[in-house]
Amino acid sequence: MATVSTPNGFSLDNAGRRVVVDPVTRIEGHMRVEVNLDSDNVIRNAVSTGTMWRGLEVILKGRDPRDAWAFTERICGVCTGTHALTSVRAVENALDIKIPENANTIRNIMQLTLQVHDHLVHFYHLHALDWVDVVSGLKADPKATSELAQSISPWPKSSPGYFRDIQARLRKFVESGQLGPFKNAYWGHPAYKLPPEANLMATAHYLEALDFQKEIVKIHTVYGGKNPHPNWLVGGVPCPINIDGTGGVGAINMERLNLVSSIIDQSIEFVNQVYIPDLIAIAGFYKDWLYGGGLSSTSLMSYGDIPERANDYGDKSLLLPRGVILNGKLDEIHEIDLGAPDQVQEFVNHSWYKYADESKGLHPWDGVTEPNYVLGPNAKGTKTRIEALDEGAKYSWIKSPRWKGHAVEVGPLARYVIGYAQNKPEFKEPVDQLLKALDVPVAALFSTLGRTAARGLECAWAAEKLRYFQDKLVKTIKAGDQSTANTAKWDPSSWPKSAKGVGFTEAPRGALGHWIRIENTKIANYQAVVPTTWNGSPRDTKGNIGAFEASLLDTPMADPEQPLEILRTLHSFDPCLACSTHVMAPDGQEVTKVTVR
Amino acid sequence: MARVETFYDVIRRQGISRRSFLKFCSLTAASLGLAPAFGPRIAHAMETKPRIPVLWLHGLECTCCSESFIRSAHPLVKDVVLSMISLDYDDTIMAAAGHQAEAILDEIRHEYKGRYIAAVEGNPPLNEDGMYCIVGGRPFVEQLREVCSDAMAVISWGSCASWGCVQAAHPNPTRATPVHEVITDKPIIKVPGCPPIAEVMTGVVSYILTFDKIPELDRQGRPKMFYSQRIHDKCYRRPHFDAGQFVEQWDDEQAQKGHCLYKMGCKGPTTYNACSTTRWNGGVSFPIQSGHGCIGCSEDGFWDNGSFYDRLTNVKQFGIEANADQIGGTVAGVIGTGIAAHAAVSAVKRARMKSGETQAPPHPNAPSHD
Repeated sequence: MATVSTPNGFSLDNAGRRVVVDPVTRIEGHMRVEVNLDSDNVIRNAVSTGTMWRGLEVILKGRDPRDAWAFTERICGVCTGTHALTSVRAVENALDIKIPENANTIRNIMQLTLQVHDHLVHFYHLHALDWVDVVSGLKADPKATSELAQSISPWPKSSPGYFRDIQARLRKFVESGQLGPFKNAYWGHPAYKLPPEANLMATAHYLEALDFQKEIVKIHTVYGGKNPHPNWLVGGVPCPINIDGTGGVGAINMERLNLVSSIIDQSIEFVNQVYIPDLIAIAGFYKDWLYGGGLSSTSLMSYGDIPERANDYGDKSLLLPRGVILNGKLDEIHEIDLGAPDQVQEFVNHSWYKYADESKGLHPWDGVTEPNYVLGPNAKGTKTRIEALDEGAKYSWIKSPRWKGHAVEVGPLARYVIGYAQNKPEFKEPVDQLLKALDVPVAALFSTLGRTAARGLECAWAAEKLRYFQDKLVKTIKAGDQSTANTAKWDPSSWPKSAKGVGFTEAPRGALGHWIRIENTKIANYQAVVPTTWNGSPRDTKGNIGAFEASLLDTPMADPEQPLEILRTLHSFDPCLACSTHVMAPDGQEVTKVTVR
Repeated sequence: MARVETFYDVIRRQGISRRSFLKFCSLTAASLGLAPAFGPRIAHAMETKPRIPVLWLHGLECTCCSESFIRSAHPLVKDVVLSMISLDYDDTIMAAAGHQAEAILDEIRHEYKGRYIAAVEGNPPLNEDGMYCIVGGRPFVEQLREVCSDAMAVISWGSCASWGCVQAAHPNPTRATPVHEVITDKPIIKVPGCPPIAEVMTGVVSYILTFDKIPELDRQGRPKMFYSQRIHDKCYRRPHFDAGQFVEQWDDEQAQKGHCLYKMGCKGPTTYNACSTTRWNGGVSFPIQSGHGCIGCSEDGFWDNGSFYDRLTNVKQFGIEANADQIGGTVAGVIGTGIAAHAAVSAVKRARMKSGETQAPPHPNAPSHD
């Protein structure tokens, strides 16, 4: 085809060589991407595909709404808990259940713990290897590595001997020939820009972060009993508080509060002394590689989260920013109404689902899902052996959600840009400091690197907010309030015959909403529209491309056989495919092509 | 295979002292519930055995098993991945992608035929010719069959691989199918749970490496060492159950005192897992300790057994214990009776177990897998 211009301002040309990456690894779930390169190996067309479907919302139909948190929590074990929180909020919204102040605080602590853990693990274990050449670290001078580490951070593990030991362990591992998860990778690729010393330092921190991440989640274990997949409760939180009464050892008591407090201190220290300095050091070597902006300079959305006050989900209560930016107009923040039928809509004309009228999108409360796995006429291969997809037809298990018809990017960068545009100091100031430290203009934010940097800043923000809410919990208890659950509407006989509600959060990866309809105390319809559905969506009816596809365009590849640049940009979104590929049949509609056994 | 080294070679080359190594071995023995005398035996095994390649596949799942695995405190996952096994394929953490990643599967299958472990997280959907889960443009179930065909053993991580879990809950729209119904000619170790406990996962791996055999399994294929007793059998709140002291409502006085959660729907009495002993995340807590009943996540079909808040009164295997519900209502005076009734039912159960009649309660509403 000739060059095609999309309504949202991108040029696509699929004439050149097609490169396929499947599976895309170091993500949650299953994903495929295909790109077309021009003669200079620059990406001119991108096709991103969600390659799994589990049908959880079909399964939710007819269940007890109080159980929905557990089902939806299993949408994703990486962003564990965030779907559960969204779910209990949706049910509480539908049934007008008010939760106690302590429950709101503990939920915020749970959600912030997830943000800290998820961002840290993403940076070191899912994303770092796109920037860090592990093998190059073998050439580092341990003394120079130590000097580098000590120049950027007071973190104590930074002696020449420490890095020498790490290097020795690394050398012997590489020389053994059994490289495990580092096997067949892209070591020595020209897109790696770090000097050996920075590579060695980052590799050491990869291992330290692996040890440390298991500590952070103990906060979930205290309040939720386990991690992954802690427990939640409609109407509050399941953990009671008992500070000085009989049997306090069976509840949240002083020892438990001290444990959480200690982990928060360690988390703040690790993020500020390891993650952030590493981020700045690494970014300093890549500030000329500002590809991957995609939709971020034009269209962004955040629902907001972390309510300061229980049961108040308005703009003023939410600590994470809320709003939509369109067409790059930073001075105009659009208000979101998740119940409005013309705002959030999902389209399926490029997704493996069927609507009666695919020219229209459907609001989640009225969502329809009918699987329809067909390949387009220009696809190569067979239905069970795909060589190349036809993006002119249906090509993904992900639907295309749009806000008032616009494709938008969600996630930490969206939150930070919206907070920046709203002139909120706690978001604007760290961004300005970072830009200054790197000596780059504001426009540098709209890039793969900007996305990665915003996530780091948010991790530090979340760690500080953990301290704030843990202190708030203690203050409330001190004032005599130990309540953690409201059971007035626990019994389904107290519910109206029919109800509908919506719950939202900001998951680590971006805006997350659950829409529920309850009829006769059972779930009649359940729909989740998740961050990676927004970011990873295929094209829509009008031809607008989603954030993943937009971000890959115009990026040069040093070696088309080794898709390092593609991985780098996709990973900057922290894709979560098990989340994104969901669906729901509306009340009374049969899901076709399904054998119910 | 000159380049295949022993675990001990690797750990020493990585700068770990012999002393630390021996300490690690005794900790491993302890985490497996073995006597201290087993420490040297583990050390000997580690010194003489090569690192086994592990190919960790992902089907329909949520990745909670991988997330749990990296939470392991003893051994640390860093040491498992760098020193105990050779985790040559795991799409969640591996650096390579696309055809570089897929090439590893072929290489290990041929180079280590019959000498690697296939670890499976999630399960294959069989509807739509398997295309509800696509890897490398093909149905995941093909990759699963190929990789398992040359493996020496298969580990089914978590409830997805073991039973089907949430995507297999009614009406199971994708026909998500547990691994043992697709792979029928290999030893399969089921490590259920949503997710399984981290130290149980690394404990199973350590056991295989240490004793050069798969753990002793129960009739459902689960390692007996971790799955042969119910949460309820070892629950620290059990004395409250026996005394008829129950939480009646969330956050009530009994909840604050840490009484038994049975009336709030706790599935501890029918759930076989190690949560109440090994506990979670380095022993910090487990669901009951943090105030919520067990939802039974390691049991087959636990999603289809009614609400998580339904009391277990109508579960057949619960037998006489159901009476404890009424006993709880009249409290103190009948505590003695409660304990007696309880002891009686336990004796009956032991007899049943011996006769091989049953080891776990049936799940009347669970989806059947053919």
